[in-house]
Formats: sequence, C-alpha cells, structure tokens
Amino acid sequence: MAVKKDLSINYLGVECENPFFLSSSPVGSNYEMVAKCFETGWGGVFYKTVGIFVADECSPRFDQTNKEGLPWLGFKNMEQISDKPTELNFENMRKLKRDYPDKIMVASIMGSNEQEWKDLAKMAEQAEADLIEGNFSCPQMTSHAMGSDVGSNPELVKSYCQAVTSVTDIPFIAKMTPNITSMEVPAIAAIEGGAASVSAINTVKSITNIDFENMTGMPVVNGKSSISGYSGAAVKPIALRFIAQMLQNEKLKDLEISGIGGIETWRDCAEFLALGCRNLQVTTSIMQYGYRIVEDMASGLMHFMDERGYNKLDDFIGMALPNIIPAEDLNRDFKILPNFDDDKCIGCGRCYISCYDAAHQAIDWNAEKRRPELNDNCVGCHLCLNVCPVQECITPGEIKWKEGRNPVDVTLKHHYD
Amino acid sequence: MSKVVKAKYTAEATSGFTHRTAMEEAARCLLCHDAPCSQGCPAGTDPAKFIRSIRFRNVKGAAETIRENNILGGTCARVCPYDRLCEEACSRCGIDKPIEIGRLQRYAIEQEEVFGMKTLKAGQDKKAGKIACVGAGPASLACAAELAKAGYDVTILEREAKAGGVLTYGIVPSRLPQAVVDHDIAQVEGLGVKFEFGKDVKEADVAGYDAVFIGTGLWGTNIPDIPGKDLKGVYAAADFLKQARTKQEAFDPGKRVVVVGGGDVTVDCAVTAKLLGAEDVKIVYRRTLEEAPGNMTEFQYALELGIGITTGMAPAAVEGNGKAETAVFKGFRDEAAELKLSADTIVFATGQGAEDMAKVAPVKLTDKGTIEAGEDGITSADKFFAAGDIVNGGKTVVEAVAAGKAAAASMIEYLEKKGVK
Repeated sequence: MAVKKDLSINYLGVECENPFFLSSSPVGSNYEMVAKCFETGWGGVFYKTVGIFVADECSPRFDQTNKEGLPWLGFKNMEQISDKPTELNFENMRKLKRDYPDKIMVASIMGSNEQEWKDLAKMAEQAEADLIEGNFSCPQMTSHAMGSDVGSNPELVKSYCQAVTSVTDIPFIAKMTPNITSMEVPAIAAIEGGAASVSAINTVKSITNIDFENMTGMPVVNGKSSISGYSGAAVKPIALRFIAQMLQNEKLKDLEISGIGGIETWRDCAEFLALGCRNLQVTTSIMQYGYRIVEDMASGLMHFMDERGYNKLDDFIGMALPNIIPAEDLNRDFKILPNFDDDKCIGCGRCYISCYDAAHQAIDWNAEKRRPELNDNCVGCHLCLNVCPVQECITPGEIKWKEGRNPVDVTLKHHYD
Repeated sequence: MSKVVKAKYTAEATSGFTHRTAMEEAARCLLCHDAPCSQGCPAGTDPAKFIRSIRFRNVKGAAETIRENNILGGTCARVCPYDRLCEEACSRCGIDKPIEIGRLQRYAIEQEEVFGMKTLKAGQDKKAGKIACVGAGPASLACAAELAKAGYDVTILEREAKAGGVLTYGIVPSRLPQAVVDHDIAQVEGLGVKFEFGKDVKEADVAGYDAVFIGTGLWGTNIPDIPGKDLKGVYAAADFLKQARTKQEAFDPGKRVVVVGGGDVTVDCAVTAKLLGAEDVKIVYRRTLEEAPGNMTEFQYALELGIGITTGMAPAAVEGNGKAETAVFKGFRDEAAELKLSADTIVFATGQGAEDMAKVAPVKLTDKGTIEAGEDGITSADKFFAAGDIVNGGKTVVEAVAAGKAAAASMIEYLEKKGVK
C-alpha cells in the first residue's frame, strides 16, 4: 500500500486496529468464519447474538430488492439469534480471543428476562470478551419477550441494561431498533440503565416483495411469509438520520456510537465517522460480497485521509454533525440556477421531462437542437441535475437572491460524482 | 495465433438476453424525451416505447409494441442493420455505446413465444375482397398481414415449398435461425392468411382476385460477364445459399471458397461456406469497406470465423479445366494490382436481378427488369401492387416490411374506392 494511514481507534476504552467490525449476524456465527474475517483484516467482531433461547430457523430465510437490474438494494433476513448451543458460542469466543488477541471480540447477547441477561453477561465475561452488546432490536424473534419488542419499550431497555451492568464491568452497548419514532428515548433509557453506549441501527421491519405464485411475501416458507428485518444500502439514510438525532441530543451527545446500516464502501464508512460514529458494523455487503470488502474499505479510507490531510480518524470524526441543522434554520433567501453544458449534453431530454412533470416547467425543449433551455420559472430545485445521466453536464450555476433578501457569502457544492 | 470462432451452421451465432441481462441493458437506456431511436426505424417501430416497457417490467407490452408494428419482429431483431438505424441514433452514444436495441427486440419476441402470446387478430369486420400476394417473402408477408388485420381474405402464392422467401432461402441460419422465421410466419398464419406452395404464378393464376400484390423479390442470377463464368463450381449467391439452406449439412461448399461482393449476402455466403466445412474462405470486394453496403458487424463476424477480406479487386476471369480452379482479379482502381486465387468454389454475391415479371402482370418495368411502383406500391397496371426488393432493387428486410405495409394501405384504399367492401 503506497498510502499508509493510522486507522486505529480507541472505542469505549478498547484499542482497536481499525473501526471495521462484523455486526452480530450470520456473517460471524462460528469459529472458522470469525477467524477468516480476522485474517482478512477486520478489526473485530460482534459475534452472532447468543441467548439462552436457541433459535429454530425457517427455510428459505432471505430475500432482496432490486431496481433497474441492480440487485441487493435492500436485503431481508429472517434469521434470529444463534442456533448453536449457548456454551459452544462462548467457547468459540474465548478460543478466538486467545488465538487473535489483537482483534476485538464483542459478545452480543439477548435474554428474555433479567436473570438471563445477567447469566449471559457473566458468560461473556468468562469468555474474555472485550465488550458486550445487548441485542434489543432483532425484529424477527419468535418470542415477544426478546428483540425489537423490547427495544421499543424504554423501561425494559433500562432494566435489562441495569441487569447486565450490575454483574460486569465490561462496557455494555445497547443495540437500537429503528422501528420506533424517536431512538433518543430508548437510548437515554439504556444510558440511564448503565450502558456505555449504543449501536444503531438494527434492521427495519419489512415486507420486501409479494410473490404472486403463492400470494404471500418473500421469502416463501411453506406458502407463507413473515415481516422481518430489512438492511443494506437502502437503509443507510435511515441509519444516518437516527445517529445524527441521537448525537445532537444533549443527553447523548458524547456517546461513542457504533454505526450500522448499509455500509459497503470506504465512503459509507467515512460518512458514518463524519457524523460522529467511532465504530462501524457490517453485515449485508459481506453477505453479498464476502469478507474481502474490508480491503477496499481500509485502502479507500486511507486515500481519503491522505487527500484531505488527516492523520488519524479523530481528525474528522463528527465533522459533519454540526452542519446538520433544523430545516427552519436553513438560509432560504436565494436560489441556485442550474447551468447546462451544451457540449456535454447528449440531448436525451430527461431534465425536460422531469422538470415539466415533477417540478416547475422551467425548461423549454429545443426540439431542433435537442437541448434544454432554462426559462424564468426555475426555482433552483436541481431535480434536473439529479436526473441528468451525464456527469457534470448540469451543474450549479448563477445564484439569484429573492426579492428583498440580503445577499451573503454562500457555500455551495461544486462537484458531483 | 488469433482465436477464431468455431460455430455450427444451424446454431445462432449470438446469444440472447435473459430476464436479468435484458433488465440491465434496459436500465442503460436513458428513456429519452422524443427518443431519436424511434425516429430511426424504416418500419416505424418504436424502440423507446418497448425498451421502456421492459424497464418497467412489462415485457408482454414490449412484445405487443413490436409485433403490432412489425409482423417480422423476430426476424428484424436479427437481420436489421441496427448500427445504421435506431442504434446509431441512440443518445447513449454520447456517453459510451448505444443500447443493444436489436437484442432487446429479440428478447421481447422470444418472451412472446414463451408466453404463447397472440397479439394480432384478424379483422372482425370481414371484407368481400379477395387478395393474392405473389411470393412469401418479407414484403408479401407484411402486406398480407395488414390486409388480414383489416378483414380481407388473403392468399399467398409461393413458388417454393416453404414460406419466408429470402429469410428461408437466402440468409445463413447462424444469423437467422429457421425457427425464428417460422415463428414470425406463424403470426401471419394466425391471422387466417392462406398459403399455397409450389405456385409459379402466371397472370392467369391471379385473374380471379380483386387485387394482387407482387412481392417476388430478386431471384435472377447476376454473374458478371467474364470468361469462365459458366464453369462448374461458379455460383450465384442466391443459388449457393438456397442449396445450402435446403441440403444443410449435406451440402459440400468445396475446400477453397472465394466469395465476390461486399454486401450482407456476401458475408452470408462466406459464413455458410465456412460453417459447412470449407477450409479456406475469402471475400474479395472491388471497392473499399467504407463503400461496402454490408454491415460492419457482419464483416466482423466473418473475420472472427477466420474468413479473409480483400478489397480493391474486381473479378476478371474464372480459369479451370472443365471446372473452376482459379479466380482471377484485377485492381478496380489500382492499375498495378493483380490477384489469382485457387478455388473450388467461386460465389458471385454481386447483386441479384429480377426474373421475368411480365408473365406475372402487365406492369411497367424498369430497364433493370424491376417493377416500377411508387412508395405507395401502386404500379402502372390496375389491381396490381408491388413492393420490396422487386421494386427497390434489393434493400433491407425492414424496408421491405415498411413497403409491404404501405402497399397494403394503398390496396385497401383501392378496394374501397372500387366498392369491394
């Protein structure tokens, strides 16, 4: 690697070689898998959730959504927590920690009552886990005493966090469900219960597709289906939103959040870090592509840091957070007209169609030249820029101030990928 | 060593799309406003509409759009010069490369077959007029289909044993499999059009019809008048292709084959020879490739099969003792150029001529023997209409389809005026 940057980070007092972790899921459910992921370069693992409850799984259990031939925009998973014996899982964790002492082992646990949470936390401690995550958020449990039914109940979250932290000093991370209006409420409950931090988001309750052959959802299990968790690229925007809201809450602003939700590239990693996360968890893109994706996460992130002159992750962690402001605080005094590059334009007319059918009829179509011509109706919404298939053909152009408003220096985005 | 493609005579050379790959290709389409591709089709097919249907998962709608407009939708998907028509007009050319419109059309029509769709229906309002179409090639099939859709009683009279004309007898099956032609023709049959085979039509045979369409194509052989042209082993392209299509693998093209010409038919002959076992096949064309009427994609396929292409050389003689042994060429523009090639078989794909049309109808002919008719298919003789190669001197299938449709419209107008309703 020509460019080498320090990706190490202290997370909840634990020194991690990098912030790239597997989330507790099918991708890290036994010794061999986790060993392979460590060898490939992942910094740690949230080992697949262990309970006293041992899952009984259905077949098939996955589905995916796609658009315009692009598969895996989103992914649906019906697997619950580990289907392996509780003792075996903790034994695997212990062996992995001993064989890979520099890698970080996080024991993800899920109990159905206070005693189970305590017992699991003690077992995690005996397994020499570096951190413990409480899974309050799996949306497809066959028991309603567990999973997202718990995570959306702040009292239960608090009491189970108290149960865990009463028996161990290992930092405890409460994993949040997005199937709730405000994540701040259960997050505050978790901190009040003694949790060191939260991780977010778990999967979003979903029905991905309807199968017309059986007139049910996907996947089809004996002619039926169930609501279960949705993940992958489609949920990244939802994850970023919940994380920003938590970190902007006065009671949660110092949390070392572990970010989860559609992370696939170094760019996604940088986005979660820029919003303030100090740890990153990945599953769906590994299910699609394998552990090897961490290589480009690490290399890409180093190149990004090199370009911007950052030497360590802390140089940019949280930098974007203050710039996410309430809608009422945005400057609404101006509009930026789009600029059309007639030489780059290929004459497809997509900007014309979208502007007419979905915006403000601000583009006239020159049928002879096959070129768009902006008229006075433009409000500067930039729908045209978003539909244009040619890179940097439509770009932000002239700034126009609304009648009677005071011009100030405006900060713009100049380059679109 | 260059990697040369090995293929079978009857196996289609290019693969089609699956649902997924069709979707990926349709997703590349920019879905233009007032799409330029849709202005590029001689037959008036609307690729922008059928690609949009595929993109929005309505492949049956896509098949309908194609079939309603082009009775030979499956065939045209294979033989249309897309690179010079809709694909050349594609806006995506401004970014990278055009959408594979022909291959998407093929996919939609393949799905039409998979779903057993019956898109076209004969006119419910039956007309009294009886119409004959002479020849069962593209122009006649298109004309007959339009008339049947309008409710007329149509009979196609064909000299050969099978329908399709040049599609069945004149194109290498690796480019256009017979099953594709047959599926298209089945649509015509589905409209109730009757076929009579083995009919070498004379004027008296069509006396009982209210209107007659002539779409016989060009089957007159056209070998340049050079010494040795009558030697054994010298073929006109139409005869060569027809024998190959009829006898298939049993046809022996000879070991060393020289094909003279620069059109798609030239390449078809060369590919036929190669795929049927000729060891060495060469194409010799008198002008430059840029001037050649053939499709670049076809020339490229010939190259991939290991067929050599020589330009700038015009045929001067065929030499041999009782049978063709040597093809002799001289420079077409280059005085110094000379070329002699050993050959068992020499195929002249130098254009085809009209047969004696006067025996079919009292229509005015051009000095080349083709029928004089307008773009509306109207000839000099009452009740006789004509279109396709026999009028235009040999153009594309899609142009024959367009002309056949135009002639059908003229015939309907003619019959209505005449009071045959």
